[in-house]
Amino acid sequence: MAKHSSNGSSDDLTFPLEIPPAKIRFTKLFIGGEFVDSVSGKTFETIDPRTGEAIASVSEGDKEDIDLAVGAARRAFDHGPWPRLPGAARAKIMHKFADLIDQHIEELATLDTLNAGKLFSWGKAVDIPSVANTLRYFAGAADKIHGQVLKMSRELHAYTLLEPIGVVGLIIPWNFPSTMFFVKVSPALAAGCTMVVKPAEQTPLSALFYAHLAKEAGIPDGVINVVNGFGPTAGAALTSHMNVDKVSFTGSTEVGRKVMQAAAASNLKTVSLELGGKSPLLIFDDADIDQAADLALLGVMHNKGEVCVAGSRVLVQEAIYDEFVKTLVEKAKEWVVGDPFHPNSRVGPQVDKKQYEKVMSYIEHGKREGATLLTGGKPAAKKGYYIEPTVFTDVTDDMMIVKDEIFGPVMVLMKFKTMEDGIRAANNTRYGLAAGIVTKSLDTANTVSRSIRAGVIWINCYFAFDNDCPFGGYKSSGFGRDEGMVGLQKYLQVKSVVTPLYNSPWQ
Amino acid sequence: MASRTVSWLLARSISSSGPRSALLSRGKKLGLVSRGGIHRYNSTAAAAEEPITPPVTVPHTQLLINGKFVDAASGRTFQTLDPRTGELIANVAEGDAEDVNRAVAAARKAFDEGPWPRLPAFERQKILLKCADLVDKHNDEIAALETWDNGKPYEQAAKVEVPMFARLFRYYAGWADKIHGLTVPADGPYHVQTLHEPIGVAGQIIPWNFPLLMFAWKVGPALATGNTIVLKTAEQTPLSALYVARLFHEAGLPEGVLNIISGFGPTAGAALASHMDVDKLAFTGSTETGKIVLELGAKSNLKPVTLELGGKSPFIVCEDADVDQAVELAHFALFFNQGQCCCAGSRTFVHEKVYDEFVEKAKVRASRRSVGDPFKAGIEQGPQVDSEQFEKILKYIRSGVECGATLETGGERFGSKGYYVQPTVFSNVKDDMLIAKDEIFGPVQSILKFKDLNEVIKRSNATRYGLAAGVFTQNIDTANTLIRALRVGTVWVNTFDIFDAAIPFGGYKMSGHGREKGIYSLSNYLQVKAVVTPLKNPAWL
Repeated sequence: MAKHSSNGSSDDLTFPLEIPPAKIRFTKLFIGGEFVDSVSGKTFETIDPRTGEAIASVSEGDKEDIDLAVGAARRAFDHGPWPRLPGAARAKIMHKFADLIDQHIEELATLDTLNAGKLFSWGKAVDIPSVANTLRYFAGAADKIHGQVLKMSRELHAYTLLEPIGVVGLIIPWNFPSTMFFVKVSPALAAGCTMVVKPAEQTPLSALFYAHLAKEAGIPDGVINVVNGFGPTAGAALTSHMNVDKVSFTGSTEVGRKVMQAAAASNLKTVSLELGGKSPLLIFDDADIDQAADLALLGVMHNKGEVCVAGSRVLVQEAIYDEFVKTLVEKAKEWVVGDPFHPNSRVGPQVDKKQYEKVMSYIEHGKREGATLLTGGKPAAKKGYYIEPTVFTDVTDDMMIVKDEIFGPVMVLMKFKTMEDGIRAANNTRYGLAAGIVTKSLDTANTVSRSIRAGVIWINCYFAFDNDCPFGGYKSSGFGRDEGMVGLQKYLQVKSVVTPLYNSPWQ
Repeated sequence: MASRTVSWLLARSISSSGPRSALLSRGKKLGLVSRGGIHRYNSTAAAAEEPITPPVTVPHTQLLINGKFVDAASGRTFQTLDPRTGELIANVAEGDAEDVNRAVAAARKAFDEGPWPRLPAFERQKILLKCADLVDKHNDEIAALETWDNGKPYEQAAKVEVPMFARLFRYYAGWADKIHGLTVPADGPYHVQTLHEPIGVAGQIIPWNFPLLMFAWKVGPALATGNTIVLKTAEQTPLSALYVARLFHEAGLPEGVLNIISGFGPTAGAALASHMDVDKLAFTGSTETGKIVLELGAKSNLKPVTLELGGKSPFIVCEDADVDQAVELAHFALFFNQGQCCCAGSRTFVHEKVYDEFVEKAKVRASRRSVGDPFKAGIEQGPQVDSEQFEKILKYIRSGVECGATLETGGERFGSKGYYVQPTVFSNVKDDMLIAKDEIFGPVQSILKFKDLNEVIKRSNATRYGLAAGVFTQNIDTANTLIRALRVGTVWVNTFDIFDAAIPFGGYKMSGHGREKGIYSLSNYLQVKAVVTPLKNPAWL
């Protein structure tokens, strides 16, 4: 395993701490257009995963704060200008918001690196510019929300109105604090909704900065509210709130279940869930092995494996299996672990102690269950939550490391014989979020694409996300779609309007 | 009441383009304050005044080919005139077949080899947004050029039309990355999808009545979908297009993507319409010229043609109408833009119950219309665009009088200089009179009486045109019946001339083919390619 000091063993290594290029400016809750303390006055510490040490005390929202935030959002929806603005006027403000993000890229990337251990260079070059573009995409959609005029079977004139659904609760995970914030906030804004955002307790900082920029851009007070806090308190209050019209949640399958239960037990609010995955990457005999190995490593090591669509099961056809393994182990060395602020690092620390311990315990499980550890398998530093990129082989279907979402830099490598075997193995999971296919054959690509029960299929690529490309899960990976024009639908109600028609010259 | 309605209509048109107060303050920057009171048409003082010096200089008079301003191949120029005086504004390079050839070659190369169709749609979007920002920045100069060349009120250009132009480009920018093909169900084991590809080199011919907005209606969707363009402007109004096209290049539009040819229809226009290397033609203008354009498309390479042509749109005032509101709206529907609107409500049908009151009030409203130098604040009506239009309108007015329609007000030229026409109202107009049948394209309102709904439907539809209609009623059943019965591309109910970017616009019958604006406009500039491949052992069909 390569590191910055390549001759040091992981046991005694501590990465020299890079100095973050920006400071933390916002730590309170953002309600009704103002930064406020929580009602209880309580705060919680947010941790730098590079060291495990606290970097800031952040206001801790609970039920009372959610009540205030929902109240502000309700007023902004029922009486405020936002849903009453023409789509083009909302778009203009959203474009301004996007421009402001472009002006603060370094500062925002710093917050996500500090808070989540994400690569600073990647944040600066990709993640943060992309969220501005997500806003622009949905700004362009705000004036393109079309209902339909209907074909009635009798003399009736009828049409559908697509109305904003109202106050939406948006619960954001910690693995992509900025991306997920805008994947949810942008279509909700375009649709004319008002919202209460609960960021993950691990990563509240960038969300608060976005709230500040939203206000500066001219988004009216109460349209975006941000309540930091924990799932069982703030999150539960939001999902069971009687005045919230819709909840969009991204997170684990276990919590997703609770969100849906809370919605059912309260006001039957509509729910969309984007949950866990154990996504397969199928590599066929005709694949370019170099390209396949690169994709396989990207698929599970990117963002230290903390990706819901991580290609965590790599299925390789038997004729190229041995050569693939050799190439993979060699290329794994390119995934350098280190301080995420350091430009050479490709793998930063896991987000927190809990995740770190969970991933390490899966690795231990793997070893105990009899899988072969091909590479990695150990902490990568003495301090902080760094883990070596890890690859297991000789696994069986019933092993926990094959079945569970590990959410860390841990790949399980499997062999398959025929295309049918590969498809069967790929679908042998309770999840259905994504899948990758590496092949040169058009027929293989087409057959496998239709056969895999997953929400997105990447052929000879991986993580090919796009603002116009819907994304979401089959099976226990959730329901509903984010991104694309489809992603707008869940923030809209459909109202049919019908009236009798007299003497119409056509039907 | 009256002025409130019009300003509401204007505000409605500009509401999406920014805060109203900001727009309303624009005129002041240029020092355009009214010199003395506003003159009604029956005052002769206005024409005696010296025309206000336009607060802009003419920046470009050459053709724009492959990103560069160039002279015409022939070296020839033509005069573009100030309709306030008939005097010269500038000599403009006169494009002909050879210039069209050069422009089409540049557009062809930009399409076949250049970056524009190959850019990610998202990047095209960004450049179009930048174009809109630059137009916003130069709002007042562009508006001044438009007024100078066309004669329309400066306030209308600066507060409504130029902001609307920017709005249209922002709208189309948003479409660029949302142009979706379909995956298509097959009867057997096949995978089928449609690709929506840019059609190629688009030839576009625009009219003189809304030079900038017609530019936006055509160029916006063509660029968003990844095409390259040769645009021929009207010979009466070449100036504003050259200015904004230069701004577009500053915004990052690659060379050869948007080429502008100033020139005349029979020469430059015909060369473009019959060019073998132009893949699509879009034309807005008269029905007569539209026929020629369609023929040239057929005779040359069968390029698909969209046409947005003339109209004789009915404006129907029902018996339940609030007469004051109806008068104001009908007045706006006809007189807006000196009556030079293809969709002008030029047949005002009024129910007999309210007819007399309506005629009296329409006459009063028209006689109160402020006519004068379009650069003067508060002016509602400037001169007609040129002497040809001016003479044509006066000829129709004479014909109305000769046919026995009652001339309620107006009927003469306004002043002694330039192409001003008095706001004119005829009552007792009969369906077979020329003024009820032909498109006059001037400030001449024809009021007709009707008795019942079926009758007015029949008479409204008894025209070769079918562009638009206005319906004025609070009765939902009357409204619904008229909406479906009128054979026109747009029905405005209790409003008129609402031209949002997302609302499609186009004609039935001899008012044209195809729709501009809205999602519908994109298909004019897209080819659909079906892609079919067999599926082996598919999991589902």
